Amino acid sequence: MSAPITSRGHLPDHALVLTPVTAAAVEITGLVKRFGPTTAVDGLDLKMPQGILLAVLGPNGAGKTTTVEVCEGFLRPDAGTVRVLGLDPARDRAALRPRIGVMPQGGGAYPGVRAEEMLRLVAACAAHPLDPAWLLDVLGLDGARRTPFKRLSGGQQQRLSLACALVGRPELVFLDEPTSGMDPQARRLVWELLGALRADGVSVLLTTHLMEEAETLADDVVIVDNGAVIAQGSPNALTAEHAEDAQLRFRARPGLDTELLRAALPEGYLVRESSPGAYRVAGLVDPQVVSTVTSWCAQQGVLAEELHVGRRDLEEVFLELTGRELRS
Amino acid sequence: MTTTGARFQPGTFTPAPGAGPRGRMLLAHARLETSLTLRHGEQILLTLLIPLALLVGLSLLDVLPTGELGDQSRVDWVTPRILALAVMSSAFTGQAIALGFDRRYGVLKRLSATALPPWLLVAGRLVAALVVVALQALVLGIVAALLGWSPSAAGLGYAVLLLVVGTLSFGALGVLLGGALRAEAVLALANIVWFVLLLAGGILMAPEALPGVLADIVVLLPSGALAEGLHDALAEGTLAWGAVATLAGWALAAAALATRTTKLT
Repeated sequence: MSAPITSRGHLPDHALVLTPVTAAAVEITGLVKRFGPTTAVDGLDLKMPQGILLAVLGPNGAGKTTTVEVCEGFLRPDAGTVRVLGLDPARDRAALRPRIGVMPQGGGAYPGVRAEEMLRLVAACAAHPLDPAWLLDVLGLDGARRTPFKRLSGGQQQRLSLACALVGRPELVFLDEPTSGMDPQARRLVWELLGALRADGVSVLLTTHLMEEAETLADDVVIVDNGAVIAQGSPNALTAEHAEDAQLRFRARPGLDTELLRAALPEGYLVRESSPGAYRVAGLVDPQVVSTVTSWCAQQGVLAEELHVGRRDLEEVFLELTGRELRS
Repeated sequence: MTTTGARFQPGTFTPAPGAGPRGRMLLAHARLETSLTLRHGEQILLTLLIPLALLVGLSLLDVLPTGELGDQSRVDWVTPRILALAVMSSAFTGQAIALGFDRRYGVLKRLSATALPPWLLVAGRLVAALVVVALQALVLGIVAALLGWSPSAAGLGYAVLLLVVGTLSFGALGVLLGGALRAEAVLALANIVWFVLLLAGGILMAPEALPGVLADIVVLLPSGALAEGLHDALAEGTLAWGAVATLAGWALAAAALATRTTKLT
């Protein structure tokens, strides 16, 4: 299953069929991982076919990073089986490592290393690496090539770490919160890049806290809580469940008395300010309800902006499944 | 940054996985490790400037209890000991501190996630340590020669052997320390051990100058063994097999222990 020897920069014609089509990118059955008295992952099952982008969502401490690190071979499972590209990450490390790209949470580099030096070292470990200079350039790191790692901004460190994960032209990449700490421009760029990866047949598993990231990029979403998968499916399928629970969303100045609005509506409707200035009315939304909401807003002397009627978004599904309380 | 869709040509990321050639991986890793060491100011102070200052100072001033110098010049007595100090400074203290902070910054994990096999990760650091020791020996040797050092020509080969075994021995101890504890603890301990071995470990004071049973213990320490071995080679032109065996013993014991205790982060 090794790649044929080709000159640098030229792809073997059958680069895409290095792995038997039968092997899933990731297949996890009954994974358990404990750290002392804490059970970080508790019977997690997951199957990710090749060639898709899978987003793993979950509150902090849900077991996302632990699961990813087991897949990467950094942690050994206490129970269950894990197969990555058909290989056991703990036992077949040497065979698996060259085929996967890893972006650990918080990056990883020598404190004094220059950005370009670090990427060139990682590139030297691959058989057919991408051109490091090009990769730095497209990731907007051209001006930071000679900057020591510890002096890069958080977003720049993240982009360098992403470059390190991709430079070896892997079949499968694990990205642990790839856009955390990035400004919106960098985030858009990374999303574009992730789309290009997927289009080129790279399997991508990413963890994220950004619902927008999962909603726009992912073929499949897995929601993890308390160390197990509690929901899985395409973003569409997940938000389509309980589609009858339509809702009305609007924005207005923060701090409106939602209790008054609820009283203005018929029995059985829920009104909530989900984040400051963002209001949600849940229940059967008919023209009468929309009219009630807008006229109530008029009485309060505010304009209801971005009025939207539709089914729940991924964030709403996520909060419903994992609870709205802040976890300690 | 633009938002046009033409940034990534289709096929740019088409998978073509595989490990790089081992020679290229080793060279790239060792070269980067060496270069990081050589441009790190505190490392240069520790590995070169302090040994140089001691070499010049101790060769010109009569401050050390050297025991019987006989017909030996002071610089002939001091230089082998300073070479032993240089090895301890870079291979042990410098290595341990660098490893402690590399782990803190996640570089071991980052490199373990590439196709670089674990043995190459160690080999790269070892090659870098040997290159740094070679540079130290060169600079210190030239300065010593300017001060009138006249080493035994017959012992130069033995000295090289001892420097290599000494580097492996102190390097393994440095990895053992730097791979096991938190970066701050490594920093403190590596400096304390350096200072204690410098004063009482057979480097600045010859074992025979130490009282009683201490003299017998000190030659069994890597510092004492390396200093005495280098002294025998460079002053007498003889190879002290005992010193080589002692250093090899420390290297094997530390390496065996380090494979169990070294953590990636």
